[in-house]
Amino acid sequence: MRITTEEVRHIATLARVGMTDDEVERMRDQMSNILEQFDVLSQVDTGGVESTGSLPGRQTVMRDDRVEPSADREDVLSNAPRREGDLIRVRAVLE
Amino acid sequence: MSSATPGAELARLTIHEAAGLLAEGRASSVEITQAVLDRIEAVDDRTGAFVTVTGDLALEQARAADERIASGDARPLTGVPMLLKDNMCTRGVRTTCSSRMLEDFVPAYDATVAARLYDEGAVLVGKGNLDEFAMGSSTENSAFFPTRNPWDLDRVPGGSSGGPAAAVAADECVYSLGSDTGGSIRQPAALCGVVGLKPTYGLVSRYGLIAFASSLDQIGPITKDVRDAAIVLNAIAGHDPRDSTSIAAETPDYTSALDGDVKGLRVGVPSEYFVEGMEPGVERAVRDAVRVFEDLGAVVEEVSLPHTPYALAVYYIIAPSEASANLARYDGVKYGFSPQEAESMWDALEKTRQHGFGPEVKRRIMLGTYALSAGYYDAYYLKAQQVRTLIRRELDEAFQGLDVIAAPTSPSVAFRQGEKMDDPVQMYLNDVFTQPANIAGIPAISVPGGMSEGLPVGLQLMGPYLGEATLLRAAHAYEQATNWHKLRPGL
Repeated sequence: MRITTEEVRHIATLARVGMTDDEVERMRDQMSNILEQFDVLSQVDTGGVESTGSLPGRQTVMRDDRVEPSADREDVLSNAPRREGDLIRVRAVLE
Repeated sequence: MSSATPGAELARLTIHEAAGLLAEGRASSVEITQAVLDRIEAVDDRTGAFVTVTGDLALEQARAADERIASGDARPLTGVPMLLKDNMCTRGVRTTCSSRMLEDFVPAYDATVAARLYDEGAVLVGKGNLDEFAMGSSTENSAFFPTRNPWDLDRVPGGSSGGPAAAVAADECVYSLGSDTGGSIRQPAALCGVVGLKPTYGLVSRYGLIAFASSLDQIGPITKDVRDAAIVLNAIAGHDPRDSTSIAAETPDYTSALDGDVKGLRVGVPSEYFVEGMEPGVERAVRDAVRVFEDLGAVVEEVSLPHTPYALAVYYIIAPSEASANLARYDGVKYGFSPQEAESMWDALEKTRQHGFGPEVKRRIMLGTYALSAGYYDAYYLKAQQVRTLIRRELDEAFQGLDVIAAPTSPSVAFRQGEKMDDPVQMYLNDVFTQPANIAGIPAISVPGGMSEGLPVGLQLMGPYLGEATLLRAAHAYEQATNWHKLRPGL
C-alpha cells in the first residue's frame, strides 16, 4: 500500500511533528515500504476472532482514594523549560 | 579486608560470586565497585555502553552496603554494582531515553525497579545507552552515540538495550536491567553473549519505565549467567499497586527452581523459527543446543506455530500505535526539549517534536498515528489485535503439551555498524523471533548457545504464562552442560 505526500502531511499534522519537504518525501517512501509488509495480515482469516485489547484476565483496577505524598515540587518544576517562580510559562493559546 | 583479589578479577564476578566474597569478608563493596568503575574508565570510550556514569553515588552506596553487610543484614544483591537502562527513572540522576527530548531530564521519583534494587542495597554505577525511546535493534538510534559490541567493535551490540548488554559482556557492571518490547533484552543479550530474561508481562512493575508500547513493555535482567538472572528476578518481581497491569500473585524463589534436572522436560522446536535467509552458523548452533537437551534426558519434538510469520506485522502495527499515544506527552512544556524560537503554541509543539525526536521515533509515531487514524483503524489496528489473539492462542495451545519452546533468539549474529541503518524493514527483521513472546505476554530467555564466525549465538527458550521457574531451570541445565557462558570478549 502506497501512501501519498498529502497523507504524510496530514498524519504529521495529527501527530504534531514538524517536517521539512525532504523529510516528508523520505517519510512517504519509508512508510510505504513498511506498510507493504503489513499486507500479509490480509491472508489471515480473523472472522469472529476477538481482539486482544490487553492481555488475559485484565480488568480495571480500583483503589481507595487516599492522600499520599507526591513528588517534591522543586524537583518537578526544575525540569520546566520556562519557569517563573512556582509557575510554568507557556505560549499563548489564544492570540 | 584482603586485597588478594586484584581489581580486574573483581570486575569479572557474577552476582553470586560477588555475594560470596562479600559474605566471607574477602572483598568489600567499595573494592568491587571501584574495580567496576576502573573497568568503565578503561573500556567505555570504546564500547559506549554508558550514557551517564554515577561514580560518586556508586561509592556512597557501596560504603552503605559495606556497613549493612557488617551489621549482618545483607541481601543477595547488597553491594553489587549494576547498570540501569536509561529509560528507567532514577530520582536525581538524569534519565535521557538516549533522546534529545530528555537530554536534561532529572526524574523526581524512582522507578519501582530502581527502588526495589536500592532497598536490596544495590549499587548504581550508571545509566545504559539505548536506541532512542527503546526503538531499534542496534543501539545506533541513540541520539548521543552508538554502543559497540565488545566482541567486535565494528559491530552492533543489538538493541534496544545495547548499552546494558554490552556493559555486562565487557564487565562494566555485574548485571543490568533492560526493557523488552519486541526483543530488546533478548536480542542484545544474544549478540553480546550474555543472558537476557524477558519475564511474563506484568510480573515486573513498569512504574517509572518511560513508556514505549504499554501492552508489550516489560523489564528484565541481563546477567552473566542464569543463576544471576534468577537472583535479580527475585528482587524485582512482584505486585506493585502503582502499575495497574502488575500481576497480583505470589512469586516463588526463582533460585530454588534452578536445582533439579530436565529429564522428561518436553521441549518443542518450532519449524517456523528456522527460516530461509537465517545464518547457517546460527541454525547449526541452535540445532546443537537442542541435542544437548536430548542428552540431558529432555523429550524434544518438532512443533508447528503457523501464525509465527505474522508476528512482525502485528508488532509493527501495535507497538507504533501505542507509541504514538504514549509519546504525545512530549510537548516541551513541563519538561524536555523546547525550541528557543516559536511563533505560536502550535508552532512550538511541532518544533519541539521535530527537533527533539530522532528519525526512527518520528517514523514510529507517524506509523502509529496512521494505523489509528479514521479509515485505517479496522484494517490495521483492529486486524493486528485479532491476529494477536490467534498468536497468543496458538502458543497457549502449544504449551498444553510442552514445557518450553527452543528457538534462535536472532536470525543472525551481530551485524556491522551502519549495515542496516538505511533500510528500516531490514532492521525490523532482527526481531522476528523475539516478538511472539511479547505479543503473547509469555516469558522468554536468551542464553549463550554457541559461536558462529567468532561471534556469540543466542539460544531462546520460551515458557508459558508465569512459567519462569521451569524456564530458568531449563536454561540453567543447558548452561551448566555447556561452556558458552564462560567465553568472554577479549576487550
